[in-house]
Amino acid sequence: MAEILRIDKLSVEFPSKEIGQATKLAVRDLVLSVNAGEVFGFLGPNGAGKTTTMNVLLGFVNATRGQAYLFGVNVRDPIARQRIGYLPELTYYYKFLTAEELLRFYCKVFGIKRDVADRRIDSVLKLVEIDHARKRPIKSYSKGMQQRVGLAQALINDPDLLILDEPTSGLDPIGRMQVRAIIQRLKGEGKTVFFSSHELGEVETVCDRVGILSSGELKMQGSVTELTDRYRCNLEQIFLKIVGNGI
Amino acid sequence: MSTPWAIAGLVVKELYRRKDFYVLFVLTAVLTMMLGGMNFFGDIRAARYLKELCLLLIWISVMVIAIATAARQIPAEKEHRTIFPLLAKPVTRWHVILGKFLGCWVATCIALLVFYLFFGVMSAAREKDFVIANYAYALFLHGAFAAVVTSMTILGSVTISTPSANTTLCFIVTGSILFMGRHLGQIAQKLVEPASTLLQLVYFSIPHLEFFDLRDMLVHNHAAISFLAFLGAMGYAALYSAFFLCAAWLVFRKKPLNT
Repeated sequence: MAEILRIDKLSVEFPSKEIGQATKLAVRDLVLSVNAGEVFGFLGPNGAGKTTTMNVLLGFVNATRGQAYLFGVNVRDPIARQRIGYLPELTYYYKFLTAEELLRFYCKVFGIKRDVADRRIDSVLKLVEIDHARKRPIKSYSKGMQQRVGLAQALINDPDLLILDEPTSGLDPIGRMQVRAIIQRLKGEGKTVFFSSHELGEVETVCDRVGILSSGELKMQGSVTELTDRYRCNLEQIFLKIVGNGI
Repeated sequence: MSTPWAIAGLVVKELYRRKDFYVLFVLTAVLTMMLGGMNFFGDIRAARYLKELCLLLIWISVMVIAIATAARQIPAEKEHRTIFPLLAKPVTRWHVILGKFLGCWVATCIALLVFYLFFGVMSAAREKDFVIANYAYALFLHGAFAAVVTSMTILGSVTISTPSANTTLCFIVTGSILFMGRHLGQIAQKLVEPASTLLQLVYFSIPHLEFFDLRDMLVHNHAAISFLAFLGAMGYAALYSAFFLCAAWLVFRKKPLNT
């Protein structure tokens, strides 16, 4: 299977804000790969380094050591982001725009032609079920609707890889179920999804493989069935064992 | 090149949906129209004085629009976290810098064009020796001034921590150059070393914004400047704008952005 995402001995250090303090190692020698068509759950407690890893993949932060590749292209090259969709943990978009205007702006950024853009905007707005509110400014949307706009913008370029940072954070149970359904639908379409979440039940339902990160180190990775068979318990208990005991 | 223009379009859209921009725009336009059109008892000096006031108002408004708009663009992107979904697309940081500059500059130029149109139409209506070329030169050079100030403010927005500090500093620097820039060379000659050399260095390194100020020419209906001088000033503005934008990109491209 083709390797879509590859992280090779990646380390990220941040300089300490206090004088005389050592640098903070956010990610240490991370080695990870995600294959085409996989749904990969990136797990870990708060401060484990999940978001930092995603920030490196998206070019927001430079790695101190090691490399990361998307579709075989180094993440430092902006073209690596041509075929990805990204949903940040907290969704903040240009609130003076309507959902339709926001998506049209991102279509321009991707260089999508107007007629194709029209069709794509219609289809993603229908998919995330905010078609009825497409002409309303985003500032008038509820949190759940804003999260769905976020998902729509992540899908606007018909990406092959989706990077979702806690996509269900702050959503009500119905919203979470809808996001889960969308991820499963994307998986059915052969898309690759790399996402972080604290909802372990949800991860167990939708993920093919998971990786558990703690204190910047990858403690474990493997398929969900392989891990649950090996430890003879569910993913939540495995997570607590690994993170709690510092395995 | 489509990405910077898409970002620029967003800046213009945001501006025309903001109320404070409208207030300043409408106020200046109305005052310009009134002042430009007044002619007290046929007294040419009073009319010239009002014309001068009117042009000063246009200069201040353009400075406010250019600096206030450019100063908050990139900090607002970071504060509202809209920079993250944007940079997660195939958008480089140079695209962001260039797009923000183009957006602010185009918006300022639109405002400038409207102000000069009002002012020019009112002046033309009551002046016999109205020289349209002078107004065209003044408008274009004022646009060049806006480009230098906007790019300088964009550089400030990626180096200075808060937008308010950047705005204040840019107002002080722009105002100081406009009022004192032309005199620095003469002052330097009167000083002793090393102050003289230092001041001369400052004199030759700052962008001389007074080159773009043709207010006296419009007020007193002087003969138009030579086309070569006009081209030289435009090139001078292009060089300084490019320098400020490249410096802004060099600072911004290595800045870590943590979500």
